[in-house]
Amino acid sequence: MISLYSKACKFFNWEEGAEPLILPVTENPNLPKVVAKKYALVCDRIPGKPSESIASYGAILSRGLVKSPTLNRVIQLSAELSYIKSSDIVRLNPGGGEVRTLFRSDSDHNSILVTERCNSFCLMCSQPPREIDDSYLIEDACEVIKKIPRSTRSLGITGGEPTLLGEGFLRIVRSAARYLPETHLHVLTNGRTFSQRVNSVALKDVGHPNLVLGIPLYSDLPERHDFVVQAAGAFEETIRGIMNLRRDGQNIELRVVIHKQTYARLPELARFIVRNLAFVEHVAFMGLEITGFTKANFGALWIDPYEYRSELDEACRILQSARVKTMLYNHQLCILTPFVRELSVNSISDWKNDYLEKCAPCDRKNDCGGFFSTGFSLEKTSNHISPFISSNRIIPFEEIA
Amino acid sequence: MMSEAVNGLAKKFNPPEHYYSTQKQEARYKLLPFNFERVGDSYLLTNEVGEYLFLSEGDLHSLVHETLDSQSEVYNSLKSRHFLYEVGSEAAIELLSLKLRTKHAVFRQFTSLHIFVVSLRCDYSCPYCQVSRQTGDADKYDMDEETALRSLDFVFRTPSEHIKIEFQGGEPLLNWEIIKFTVLEAEKINKTEKRDLAFVIATNLTLISDEILEFCYQHDIFISTSLDGPAHIHNRNRPRPGKNGHQIVRDQIERVREKLGPDRISALMTTSELSLSHPREIIDEYLDANFKGIFLRPLSPYGFAVKTRQIEKYDFDRFFEFYQESMEYIFEINEAGISFVEEFSALLLRKISLPYPTGYVDLQSPAGAGISAIVFSYDGDVYASDESRMLAEMGDYKFRLGNILSNTYEEIFFESGLLEILEETLTDSVPECYQCAYKPYCGSEPVYHYATQKDPVGNKALSGFCKKTKTITNYLLDIMENDPAKRKILQSWI
Repeated sequence: MISLYSKACKFFNWEEGAEPLILPVTENPNLPKVVAKKYALVCDRIPGKPSESIASYGAILSRGLVKSPTLNRVIQLSAELSYIKSSDIVRLNPGGGEVRTLFRSDSDHNSILVTERCNSFCLMCSQPPREIDDSYLIEDACEVIKKIPRSTRSLGITGGEPTLLGEGFLRIVRSAARYLPETHLHVLTNGRTFSQRVNSVALKDVGHPNLVLGIPLYSDLPERHDFVVQAAGAFEETIRGIMNLRRDGQNIELRVVIHKQTYARLPELARFIVRNLAFVEHVAFMGLEITGFTKANFGALWIDPYEYRSELDEACRILQSARVKTMLYNHQLCILTPFVRELSVNSISDWKNDYLEKCAPCDRKNDCGGFFSTGFSLEKTSNHISPFISSNRIIPFEEIA
Repeated sequence: MMSEAVNGLAKKFNPPEHYYSTQKQEARYKLLPFNFERVGDSYLLTNEVGEYLFLSEGDLHSLVHETLDSQSEVYNSLKSRHFLYEVGSEAAIELLSLKLRTKHAVFRQFTSLHIFVVSLRCDYSCPYCQVSRQTGDADKYDMDEETALRSLDFVFRTPSEHIKIEFQGGEPLLNWEIIKFTVLEAEKINKTEKRDLAFVIATNLTLISDEILEFCYQHDIFISTSLDGPAHIHNRNRPRPGKNGHQIVRDQIERVREKLGPDRISALMTTSELSLSHPREIIDEYLDANFKGIFLRPLSPYGFAVKTRQIEKYDFDRFFEFYQESMEYIFEINEAGISFVEEFSALLLRKISLPYPTGYVDLQSPAGAGISAIVFSYDGDVYASDESRMLAEMGDYKFRLGNILSNTYEEIFFESGLLEILEETLTDSVPECYQCAYKPYCGSEPVYHYATQKDPVGNKALSGFCKKTKTITNYLLDIMENDPAKRKILQSWI
């Protein structure tokens, strides 16, 4: 697991009351002054006799020990952040002594948290909502988007519920549309605000060329979906939101987290999707990440994924027969039926993906969905994990003889 | 599951009951339109958009008297499939209307299949021939350039983005020059029209040559042929001078594949009385010829099939026995790991399981005749369907819409009486159809009913078409509901 945040970094020579800075990182110490000030220079150690140009960088991040530096705006990175390198983007908050990695150039799973507020309260939320004024995140998001390399393949927008930001949300999407038009933008939203047509029209007017909205749907029955997201009327709003988004030409991904409160009607949900929402781009079934609220509701949510494999199999067959593209996220291949295995994607964000010890000899680890490394996800796993070990091993000559 | 208490929920979360709608406790639901029919011990319910559910008699009574227990599984299923809705749920109504629009979207396309009968001559003399082939001279029974050009003008009047031109006969390759001419002219027109243009030749393959195959390859033409089974069946059903039709077809199929690619040819079988006792052999023939499926097709009541009384040699019940035996064998094949499809079942399964129209013109309402598919005969006569032309060959011109050389597009569609017939035969308004549980899976077939009952509407109690759709739908639904292993196979066909 890779940490994206640390409070253990040491800040040196920052002016009193300095505002947080969002800077792209470079390892090039020879940038012209006028460019250097827009970057954070990362290095293994601060040079003994720093050149004048080094003083021009927006900040200097050292992986190695720093002792009473003469330079300004120096940070000694904690060990967990020592991976930070060129083309990454960091947020440095001298006031709080915080360093946060906002973007990692090596990863295809970068995502920007744009608010912690939410109008749902999902039983298994991995990012429990907070009622706080975090509107500064809008400005930050637009700032990061400007600095992300244009060649980036994909970028996520997540919350909380991003669309609660209203115009702020549109600003962020617009910013991505203008600065990163080739980057796939994936917005995680419950879709409820789009039950008002004016909101889906406004999003269409932004004209992002590469946008997908990931919208969770937990049941074909309104009361069950509402229970899972703990919001009366949510199903009705989400469905109408999806229909409005379709009218306005958006690409939609349906996301279904499977747990004890959702597994039983998976085939019925699949049938409902085929009948009513077959126009979606694809359906993603996801395993449970045991973090956030899932820890609090563990007893109500945990079921060994092996126990629901036949419901999942049937649901996937129903979707596949209607040519609705289906993907399975964060499930281990060994607990799935062969039909479903074909739909599994190794997709847990790289910074929180891991394997168990008993998986070491497995032949299919590279195709496997793996395990979340967050929370208790590694402690509580299926009782049926067993490595695939290929039987067509080359028999040594002596054995044949 | 619903009524069970949920253990292990942290305090700040509400239990499921909290989200039951207030209406629900008073069972305040309203019915949405549906039809039903008794099947065995239970009732099959279907709604306007083809969703279905089997209900016990007691549950059906409760449902219509609005006394159904709102905590029951059956209530949930009915709600999820839009047989009922709870007062205040706008989403249910919106979804249902979206589905209804989707189901009918196909009619916006109007005509997409255009059949050119380029020659009525044929080298075969099949007793079941549905079009009454001719042996006379070329001048009399072949299409000429003028007729082909006028037909093409007509073809491109369709608003459809997709235009498929299918060359039929007789044996169309006997008039190869006009096929070539038509393809080249169509492509010329399409340079400005820019439609999705596709060609098919329905041929017995005898006259296939390297020159023809090269042209087919250059112009992406698909080949469709007839294969009735192994030699002893095929040659009996489809006699030709030399009695070697089977050998020719099998050899030529491979030749076509080599030149055009393995999936650029398909075959159709026709079930004769002889075929009925050989389901396995016929399917083996298709497997042996490397086809991925078979369309089990009974005789149609037209042409020589009527004249030679072939059509009277078996009834639907006998055909259904043959169908079931075939299906049992096809399931065995699939269970053994080879994917092999029965195409008519696959068509019905798509109608049963999918929200969008399937584009099968024989099972739609309004009927596809004329508006989804249209036929240009060798002499310029325009017909509402293949079957209409077959009727005309028997001397009945009821479904002749006009002649391409003397009538305009507007005259052919608006003054031929076609639209009146289509309107009269809409399943939504025809006696017995409008309340039939199989309506969403079936269609209106005015030509068939006219041919068999001299009435485009027809008495459905006597209709073989009706019986076929109902019986095979029941057969398939029974498997989908009660046989999980076979259901997986059927699902893979959809």
